[in-house]
Amino acid sequence: MADAPGSLSSFARVAAAIVRKDAAIEMRGRELVYTTLFFAVACVLVFSFGLVEQGRAPRGVSAGILWIAIAFSGTLALGRTFDRERTSATLPVLLLAPADRPAVYVGKLAGIVALMLTVEVAVVPLVSLFFGAPFWQAPFHFAGLLLTGTVGFAAVGTLFAAMLVGTRGRDVLLPILLYPITVPVIIAGVRGTAAVLEGADALPMARAWLAMLGFFDVVFVTLALWTFESAVTE
Amino acid sequence: MTRRLFAPMLAVAAVMFAIAPVLIARAPYESTMGLVQKIFYFHVPAGIVMFAAALVCGISSALFLARGRLEHDRRALAAGELTVIFGTIMLVTGPLWARKAWGVWWQWEARLTSTLVLTLIFVAYLLLRRYGGPGSERLGAVLAVFGMVNVPFVYWSVNVWRTMHPRTTVVPTLDPSMRPAFWWCMVAFFVLFGGLLTLRVRLEEQRAALDRLWLAREEAEVRS
Repeated sequence: MADAPGSLSSFARVAAAIVRKDAAIEMRGRELVYTTLFFAVACVLVFSFGLVEQGRAPRGVSAGILWIAIAFSGTLALGRTFDRERTSATLPVLLLAPADRPAVYVGKLAGIVALMLTVEVAVVPLVSLFFGAPFWQAPFHFAGLLLTGTVGFAAVGTLFAAMLVGTRGRDVLLPILLYPITVPVIIAGVRGTAAVLEGADALPMARAWLAMLGFFDVVFVTLALWTFESAVTE
Repeated sequence: MTRRLFAPMLAVAAVMFAIAPVLIARAPYESTMGLVQKIFYFHVPAGIVMFAAALVCGISSALFLARGRLEHDRRALAAGELTVIFGTIMLVTGPLWARKAWGVWWQWEARLTSTLVLTLIFVAYLLLRRYGGPGSERLGAVLAVFGMVNVPFVYWSVNVWRTMHPRTTVVPTLDPSMRPAFWWCMVAFFVLFGGLLTLRVRLEEQRAALDRLWLAREEAEVRS
């Protein structure tokens, strides 16, 4: 128990404690996982009905549909996670605790990323099935794109959702703020996934997008760590 | 004291804009696009001023988050509004030009998409400041910082696609006979930007001063 405050190990302990807390709460009812998952599936279904003509979807839409479903269900997951904090008034308590504020952010971020990845595990096969999209052609590239894209989206989303917790009109303000800022992440994710689907020739392109996503992740997480404290303090 | 500079700045800008059409008419026609190309003299300076405004908003927001002084926040709000205004000018003049020059109203490439996204980010900023309730100055500041950092990212990610927009080398390789009109309009736009920014910041300061006076008066009434 003798971690120096501000040290890396105390940071990691706080973040891990928050992840454990959220996982424990979630495991009891699994409400967030099930409802977000179903929402993502419903999203994919609506897009299918909207875009499929004469039994076939236009070429190249599967990457877009996948990432739109991820973005929409991610926004929902963010809103609901922080709603939970708000109704139990736990966020002020977390912030009052003698822990690094950025560690609280990292803990929440890890939880959101875990939730989104869980949803993606179910949505990816569904999109692949409905649209005949062979994402497995380049499994490492594809997994890398999903992971970096999810982290980038969640990094900005966690910060904005946390800062909007006490705000009027937060439900509609979160997407308004989040989508324009995460445009580069979505573009890179969709274009990278489309490159994966094109086959082996396009893999260098997919790697370029993957590198770009990695860079965005580093910048967004760093920026979020810098601004988290000011954003959630009243 | 510097606040009162807005009046001379706006006067200078007005004079410059009055003279600008003369210079633009005198500038030679561009070889492929003819008369339509002359919208360039307003379109490009508006674009550069928009990015400058976004930068001012982002930097002022960062300063506000770091130091907490309200003057940074007021400047950030003013710059945010100007970003949206000049962004709208770009998004209107751009398609008007594109329709005549390329045949389409819109094209999803780097410059256009970046401008659209940046304008949307700052519209979101204004919505947050207006409807976010108390404490939205800080939240807006965080958004503006992310928005500013995003400028190169959006441009970069979209630029990897093929682009129809002229490459950035247009301005340095501009024909000498076109330069006077171009730089005149550039200076005019910057003077306009400076004047509007100063004016808007002064408006916010006076609003804050008015609020203080009201509060002081109410306090005095309660006490008496």
